[in-house]
Amino acid sequence: MNNLSVVIAGVGGQGTVLLSRLIGNAALTSGQDVRGAETIGMAQRGGSVVSHVRIGADTHSPLTPSHKADLLLAFEPGEAVRAFHLLADNAAVVALDRAVKPSVPQPFGEYDGASALAFLKENVSRLYIIEQEKLFRQISPKAANVALFGAAVGLGLLPLSIEQAKLAVRERVPEKFLSINLNALDVGANYFAEVTP
Amino acid sequence: MKQLLMGNEAIALGAVRAGVSVVTGYPGTPSSEILETVAKRCREVYAEWSVNEKSALETAAGAAMSGARVMVTMKQVGLNVASDPLMSLNYTGIVGGMVIVAADDPGPVSSQTEQDTRRFGKFAKLAVFDPSSPEEAYLMIADAFDLSEKIKRPVLFRPTTRVCHGYASVELLPPLDVKRDTRFQRNSRFVIFPKLAYESHVVIEKTLKELSTADYPRNTLEGAGTLGIATGGVSHAYVSEALGGQLNCKLLKVSAYPFPVGVAERFLEGLTDVLVIEELDPVIEEELLLLSAEKKINVNIHGKRSGEVKNAGEFAPSEIAVIVNKFLGKDTAEATAQAPSNLPIRPPVLCAGCPHRGSFLAVKEACKGINAVFCGDIGCYTLGNAKPLDMVDTCLCMGAGITMAAGIKRADESKTTFAFVGDSTFFHTGISGIINAVYNNADEIIVILDNSATAMTGGQPHPGLGLVANGSPTAKISIENIVQAIGVQHIVKANAFDLDEAVSAVKSVLDKQGVRVIIFSGECIAVSKRRGKCVIDNDKCVNCGLCVTKLGCPALTLSGKTPTLDETLCNGCGLCAYVCGKGAIACE
Repeated sequence: MNNLSVVIAGVGGQGTVLLSRLIGNAALTSGQDVRGAETIGMAQRGGSVVSHVRIGADTHSPLTPSHKADLLLAFEPGEAVRAFHLLADNAAVVALDRAVKPSVPQPFGEYDGASALAFLKENVSRLYIIEQEKLFRQISPKAANVALFGAAVGLGLLPLSIEQAKLAVRERVPEKFLSINLNALDVGANYFAEVTP
Repeated sequence: MKQLLMGNEAIALGAVRAGVSVVTGYPGTPSSEILETVAKRCREVYAEWSVNEKSALETAAGAAMSGARVMVTMKQVGLNVASDPLMSLNYTGIVGGMVIVAADDPGPVSSQTEQDTRRFGKFAKLAVFDPSSPEEAYLMIADAFDLSEKIKRPVLFRPTTRVCHGYASVELLPPLDVKRDTRFQRNSRFVIFPKLAYESHVVIEKTLKELSTADYPRNTLEGAGTLGIATGGVSHAYVSEALGGQLNCKLLKVSAYPFPVGVAERFLEGLTDVLVIEELDPVIEEELLLLSAEKKINVNIHGKRSGEVKNAGEFAPSEIAVIVNKFLGKDTAEATAQAPSNLPIRPPVLCAGCPHRGSFLAVKEACKGINAVFCGDIGCYTLGNAKPLDMVDTCLCMGAGITMAAGIKRADESKTTFAFVGDSTFFHTGISGIINAVYNNADEIIVILDNSATAMTGGQPHPGLGLVANGSPTAKISIENIVQAIGVQHIVKANAFDLDEAVSAVKSVLDKQGVRVIIFSGECIAVSKRRGKCVIDNDKCVNCGLCVTKLGCPALTLSGKTPTLDETLCNGCGLCAYVCGKGAIACE
């Protein structure tokens, strides 16, 4: 198959690393080569973080070059926009709609994510917005990363079946958090059930 | 079988495959996961978190002199701390293979400097290996052990952040057949003397010359033409990505140093122009310039010296694509839509529930109206410089806060000087600073932030915890007892989460003289996890915003004028309840 580059954007502490490992592990188990990169270190303390997962044998760089990402999974609208330059023209974006407000004063006034969402709606044709409030009525907020994984699999945006995704969650998530994460995977996978991929 | 490995995991497993039996190190981004992987996954190998990089290197040196294969791990600035033993160890030599992994951090993503360990290798007269990917690092570390053992001297292995924290599917191989007779045998060369140093120097120069002309299969030359690109490390991956499988130029990849002059001369032959793509220092570029002068090869060399490649910061693959395409006379596709520039600014901040927030706030409250200087140090608590806390005036290197605070007072007596130091930094190089302060009658307040972890690098244990690297129990070394033994007269302790207690502790030493120590205790939230949650009572809240503007807690933000608490982030530390004057925040 062709290469598939996935970018995951969020704020430190939201679980981007686990999400990238879930995708990477599942792809490897299904027989594909994987490479990628994480943001680890100081930025994990509430800074902007990006993970890259590149599936397929013909990738070299751990970081996705600009205009080469096929899929963006975003925990937050502003971080989705920050990663926008990485997206190929026909890339798909799955994003949570609620803004994570910075704890430091902002030079542009209060950030609420509205202008970022508007930008995404205007510039991304394959945009899938998850209403966080609706999602969090069904899953633990700590499992938002796994719900995003489920949504991407459910939409057919990753070369993985829901069974392969479940297996990756079982392999990677500790026993005591397994049920809330498997639930989040299911809720995510069914979130866009009425949407035709 | 292939496994998805982080570069650091690949280095660890590659070293174990190559028969390493002693691994020492001190945590530092981006190197920390190497030793963690050995300690967790390869329990038959001895792995220790040493108190600092110098101790780590010396411990490993002893084992290597006794014939063991040893690895030492640290970040690039850790190599500065370990440089004293390393410089001499190259002269005494070793018996078993010894690889010092010093991880460089272009960007820097999480460091104080952008130093280039390849340059350090040249200065210290050591061979340096420079892997370009996790899978190459897995194999290359075995080459590093082999070479070290062959030349009987330590070698450097320097991955960069994108190799360390990159990951890839790596084919795991069976262990190499490496049998070691580990026995310390007396040898006069292990005692460094001027005469020995001279004799060794002669041998070292000869060895380096031989290595520079020897062929190492991972220094590769491909392609043909009159244009050539020279690169190494992760930059090779960016160049390969830019070339997109079409090699219509010559491509030199330098994977090990001393600089390989043989393959480099073959690369330069017939070229009109060379582009050098390397992060940090222009090491390959300068070597090619030297070589072209020596061999009288007429070639234009483009890179950092010519201003075509930036000389600071990390490369992005796209900027390399632009430079490579321009060099090869190709176009680069341009972006379509321009993303808005008013994106949220997110500097790293102390976590919600971090005990350091309480400690900084206590000192700040107690010091109202006092002309004070706050020296910081290396660790999570460097983030105390962020507004609104704004409590860090200096930060230099591990352990420097204590000594600098004393120095500031010598030059400016009008100031009350504070030094904040974390628990792991205290053990690393903080203790000697306190001895220096007491010995020389310094006048300062040292604030030890004991959060029971080496937190910034992922919560590794240290001597104060009673645990070693693999989690086994050991003697617990008391910070308080050490400070007492040094002779500090005024020592107070307080709970970092109890703001009243913490403020009184600071006030109790403010009017004293000499070296004073405050020990604030409170577990790192990343280690201890959530303790509860806080709730804002909207009926009592008067929208004064103090909880937001005083604390800078990521869980508390303003919507208009109304404070809102993000319950997914709140850990229930209760500091906001302390600062709320209206009793509007309850914590359970």
